Amino acid sequence: MGWSMPDATTLGTSAAAADALDVQDLDIAYRVRGRDRQVIRGVSFRIGRGETFGLVGESGCGKSTVALAVTRYLPSNGRVRAGAIRIAGEDALAMDAVALRRLRTRSISMVYQDPGRALNPSLRIGRQLAEVFEVAGVPAAERLDRAEAMLKRVRIVDAGRVMHRYPHELSGGMLQRVVIAMALAVDPTLLILDEPTTALDATVEAEVLDLIQQLRQEFGSSVLFIGHNLAVISRMCARVGVLYAGTLVEEGPTRQVFAAPRHPYTVGLLRCLPQAGLSKHETRLDTIPGFLPTSLAGLKGCVFADRCGLARDLCRQEEPPLIALPGGRFSRCHFHEEAPALPRATPPSPPKSTASRAALRPVLRAAEVSKTFGSALTPIRALHDISLELWPGETLGLVGESGSGKTTLAKLLLGLSAPDLNGVIELDGNKLAAAAVKRQPAELEALQIIFQNPDAALNRSQTIRRIMSRPMRKLGRYRGAALATKLTALMGHIRLAERYLPMRPRQLSGGLKQRVAIGRAFAGDPRVVVCDEPTSALDVSVQAAILNLLADLQAEQGVSYLFVSHDLRVVRYISDRIAVLYLGRLMEIGPAERVFGGPHHPYTESLLAAAAQTDSEGTRRLHGEIPSAMNPPSGCVFHTRCPRKIGAICETQEPALIQREGDHGIRCHLELDQMGRVAKAELEQL
Amino acid sequence: MSTALTPDVEAAPVPPNAPSLDTPDVIRRQRLGLLLRSPSFVIGAVILIFWIVMAIAGPFIAPYGSNDTDLLNTLTPPSGDHWFGTDQYGRDVLSRVIVGSRDILIVAPLATLLGTIVGTFLGLLTGYARGLTDDVVSRIMEAFLALPLLIIAMLVITALGISNTTVIIVIGLSFGLVIARTVRAAVLSERDLDYVAAANLRGENPLYIMTVEILPNVLPPILVEATVRLGYAIFTVASLSFLGLGIQPPSSDWGLAISQNYGLIGGGYWWTVLFDALAIGSLVVGVNLAAEGIHGVVDA
Repeated sequence: MGWSMPDATTLGTSAAAADALDVQDLDIAYRVRGRDRQVIRGVSFRIGRGETFGLVGESGCGKSTVALAVTRYLPSNGRVRAGAIRIAGEDALAMDAVALRRLRTRSISMVYQDPGRALNPSLRIGRQLAEVFEVAGVPAAERLDRAEAMLKRVRIVDAGRVMHRYPHELSGGMLQRVVIAMALAVDPTLLILDEPTTALDATVEAEVLDLIQQLRQEFGSSVLFIGHNLAVISRMCARVGVLYAGTLVEEGPTRQVFAAPRHPYTVGLLRCLPQAGLSKHETRLDTIPGFLPTSLAGLKGCVFADRCGLARDLCRQEEPPLIALPGGRFSRCHFHEEAPALPRATPPSPPKSTASRAALRPVLRAAEVSKTFGSALTPIRALHDISLELWPGETLGLVGESGSGKTTLAKLLLGLSAPDLNGVIELDGNKLAAAAVKRQPAELEALQIIFQNPDAALNRSQTIRRIMSRPMRKLGRYRGAALATKLTALMGHIRLAERYLPMRPRQLSGGLKQRVAIGRAFAGDPRVVVCDEPTSALDVSVQAAILNLLADLQAEQGVSYLFVSHDLRVVRYISDRIAVLYLGRLMEIGPAERVFGGPHHPYTESLLAAAAQTDSEGTRRLHGEIPSAMNPPSGCVFHTRCPRKIGAICETQEPALIQREGDHGIRCHLELDQMGRVAKAELEQL
Repeated sequence: MSTALTPDVEAAPVPPNAPSLDTPDVIRRQRLGLLLRSPSFVIGAVILIFWIVMAIAGPFIAPYGSNDTDLLNTLTPPSGDHWFGTDQYGRDVLSRVIVGSRDILIVAPLATLLGTIVGTFLGLLTGYARGLTDDVVSRIMEAFLALPLLIIAMLVITALGISNTTVIIVIGLSFGLVIARTVRAAVLSERDLDYVAAANLRGENPLYIMTVEILPNVLPPILVEATVRLGYAIFTVASLSFLGLGIQPPSSDWGLAISQNYGLIGGGYWWTVLFDALAIGSLVVGVNLAAEGIHGVVDA
């Protein structure tokens, strides 16, 4: 979908021309501490004129290294040891400085993940964009006009004003449009997009992807799209290459590859994603056991053999060739026809919950909690009268765009930041002090958190043993043999081998570090654990293992989670109930299947539609930016972006959070039957 | 060239970072290896070790007693008997330079140590507490830093009386204020990391968080700052001695020797001053070279 074969007219001129990009047997190594470390081996692929090729893989697989090699921007310790890179027929590896400059000026452009760092913070947008034309040799008089025209082409409505802005005055989505405008300004043969929407919200991401799709057709550029998000890749790319440990393991038309993968790694990767509509009560996620090989040097057989459920002796002794399959597909697997039958790495049966759900009162209750930042003169209300309850053993998912107040709410509950005076936070019916320092040890023990980024959450100078045992000493008053027993039990719970105890965080992979962070939260027998985007910094296969672990721990210990996330798939899988925040207000709260199944709040509907990426007409798409909390819209705060706005009532009167059927609260003037519903078929895409 | 193509150094991929099995010991050994391969560190360390050996074993190495006068041979130029010549009392300059390393190599490192301790404490306090404490303490520190060090030194030394201990305290405290600013900056970026929030969530007290959680992570910048300060300390001690406010006779300290003899340069007796000056210079350069080497490795 969205992809169409180049039509006859474009083919007529370009059929004779060489491929936009032709990479043959690429072999790249980085020199680390005096030794060569191979990172890319034998990667070959071609991108025809006007074609969009996706390169997908987890972190450390070498995606970005390939992109850097193509643009000849490898860091100084990186070296192409063998292979060839041809851009529009020209040998990129043989180019001298002059030719390279010409190549980068005219033939290739690159868009990076973080637009904030791709732009010079001290130059106005117009001036930066004009620079591109200056280098391209456009006369001075025309540059600014061409720049403004370019901004209009990337659908920036207010192009004239944006020209005079500095980067920090624009939002992430707007900045990425500017970067895309710059990249396309010279009408490049090849556009390289390296995770262009990873740093953006789902609603903004959908808009930017639409834009790329349209521009690709207008400009006819060939695109190398690098990403880790399988849904995005499948939407954007006609062909896809799956990279694992510097090796291209599978390649082919995207739809076929994702619908019927023929390499065990691709199969495993797809199985790690939570399936539409399924929750932790129905199935466990499959995972890919083991780790990336630490060194490619001296590896004899298949790179994936150590983690593959189908591996046999042949796989360990002989590296499989890239086998051509019907339909223009390739797989680097000796037993590619068996790949779909890859045995599960984890049993599908969900953990049996031992927790009793017939509790009399919520474990955690927040009543009319608000948070105002700023001074009395310019108050910024980050949270506005939030009331919610968390019941024993349940997971409450908290969703919303960035800036909606998710993390602020989590911090208030934990006592890391104090709410405004009128709000009440209760644990087991007892009022909690606003600041963590004033809470009792038992209260501290009951409320813990798992942070998003384990690198910042774990003290890098301490050993794993110290990180895990300190809360036991401090909160549980464990000592000596009792501490050792407790520590062993905890390591068992979080499925972490005891050999990691003397290590420091930097010696562990991202997934293992997050396990340690989970272990620390569970060290003192918590009742409520706030999970603040705990898997968003992790790869899909690691995310699956962490979600399984969280579900297991909940079933074993009856703990409740407040699960903050922007990934709706993950939230749907892990949550029993879901709360939707917008501009610090609770817009909708209810059981997960009702919030997802609809009818839902127009904002929830837009979020779901954006995530499902099936809203091709864009009728339910959110446009514009989330308004500033300093000056929120009158009436219903969502009316400025609402696709189902009724009329004046929305602008003047703030709707109440009305309880509808089945414990489902929605803050909207619409009647239930007037609300939209994202169809089940669309959610299947999710 | 498209600006969007500008290489983003931060975004450049780090070579694949699979779980590393390097233990802290291995890392420490690798760092030591890097240090020994850094030319500036090696040269600096050789100079430093040379002077430390002189400071310890000086009296046994020196050809003459450093205070032995020979009134028949005053102000003799460098010769086979007296390589660096003799001063106005006929004392052997070479022996005085060798033995003169002792006081400065006690006073300057102790002053730096005191400054590092004071600076670390103040930096942790202001960086961690922020708010009013930070404002008040920082403004007071800045007020002191606005005064030239030598003027403060003169005032304090005049008030407390001249002694090596006074010199250590004066230099230590004033360097502490400078070091505090470096430490404060490092602490400010650490204290917002989530591990500090995690410590708060298990009810750790501020002293524990500052010393046990944060301090180990800000040691590298403290180490670099301390080595740089040591160079300045040597220079300051020599200056104070030259002004008569530092190390006192009968020590053969270099700064003191220059101050006693510089009037003789006009008479052509350059050797009574030159070798002491060279000694101060070599020590400062040696410390700075070593500091640069350490800086390079710590930052890597």
